[in-house]
Amino acid sequence: MSTLHARRIVVVGGSLGGLRAAEALLAGGWDGEVTVLSDELHVPYTRPPLSKAALAGGPDLATLAVKQRPEAARAEWRFGATAVAADLAAHTVTLADGETVAYDGLVAATGVRPRRLPSRIDHTGGAAHVVRTIEDCRALHSALRPGSRVVVIGAGFIGCEVAATAACLGCEVTVVAADESPMLAPLGRTVGDAVRRRHERAGVKFRLGVSVSLMSSADHGHSVTLSDGSRIDGDVVVQSIGSAPCVDWLSGNGLDLADGVVTDNGMRAGGIPGVVAVGDVARFPNPLFDDMPRRVEHWQTPMETARRAAATLLADLAGHDADPAPFTPLPSFWSDQFDLRLQSFGALGIADRTEVLEGDLGGQAVVGYFRGTLLVGALLLGMPKRAVAVRKRLLAGLTDPHPTYAA
Amino acid sequence: MRINVDMALCQNYGQCVFAAPEHFDLDDAGDLVHQASADESARADIEAAAMACPVQAITIEG
Repeated sequence: MSTLHARRIVVVGGSLGGLRAAEALLAGGWDGEVTVLSDELHVPYTRPPLSKAALAGGPDLATLAVKQRPEAARAEWRFGATAVAADLAAHTVTLADGETVAYDGLVAATGVRPRRLPSRIDHTGGAAHVVRTIEDCRALHSALRPGSRVVVIGAGFIGCEVAATAACLGCEVTVVAADESPMLAPLGRTVGDAVRRRHERAGVKFRLGVSVSLMSSADHGHSVTLSDGSRIDGDVVVQSIGSAPCVDWLSGNGLDLADGVVTDNGMRAGGIPGVVAVGDVARFPNPLFDDMPRRVEHWQTPMETARRAAATLLADLAGHDADPAPFTPLPSFWSDQFDLRLQSFGALGIADRTEVLEGDLGGQAVVGYFRGTLLVGALLLGMPKRAVAVRKRLLAGLTDPHPTYAA
Repeated sequence: MRINVDMALCQNYGQCVFAAPEHFDLDDAGDLVHQASADESARADIEAAAMACPVQAITIEG
């Protein structure tokens, strides 16, 4: 704002999204300051292994830390700096210790935190594990021993990956979930049931269609009481019941924060010039599918959204028009559970119908996810060599103005 | 520039293939294959591929 000091972009959040935003801003020609406010105490690291290999073998920050572009070193990194408020009119961010940091441009990269059962249900005094940070992973790794009775609450991707990892370590695993099949919302019943059978063959037990009514601790371990009145005893309890976007610090600014930070297609929060959101916390429309803003918690999202957001922010701060080309990243994720690799492309969650396109669900398969007659997503169960072709076919249909992939 | 992939780390997730399909591919067994080197003009694509790798297996020399 003032010409007397260097202009500053403040990045709130120092994980992958914050890092990639800082890199993209500095690589993109920003000649002012970039300050990254991180409430973590570590350099950014990769999280996908935390429920898989790093959980099995123990996490090592040196291995997990993401490679940084040289530009990242030109940013000022402030670790242990938690933003508690922002005033978008005054262009300031307030930290937990009361310090106020002024900005010319703002990047919201605060990500998500794991949901936990409420205290009226959870009487373990915080003994139940979650898996989000390297510290979480280390604590759970230390608790998993051959023969341990492990109760996993929640059957989403993290829950299923933790269950598979624990089973491979020789633990006795029970997965509890309110849904009728694992990964129901993202994958649908048919595929969820197929994956459940793989888990069951490896000895994992499922208690589905029930919720947890009480979780308590005693000398011998923990007890989980279910809504049908039954009880499961465990040495280790893991909560993997989804995540909540970290948006409290942005409240009071008139933004839609109902599920993350709603942005326009240029990643501007609430369409406000000079303020962008990236990564897991951003809820952005993707014209590849429709105009509905959605959050996408996938590995590539921080990279893709940071590149887009940085270009928008640099244009806004320079008073130029932003890139008019639509931002249309193809969502993509993978999950490893036992010897099974799931690889997904597109927006599976918006489909109204699935169809096995190749193979069979008892072995390896390619499953198409359709909305009406349009293929909006595809899931590979195994079949790694088909990934490139399946992805290409999906993209061709989504970008064809007259799609012909009929049922 | 030289493209190095630590095959002990690589898990064949294919993310680099999607980022830079002219330089990385999956073979018929689903295993990663890649060019040993690339022109300077491909740097942005190769860097994107290196960043896309979830296990940080790709390094660029030169």
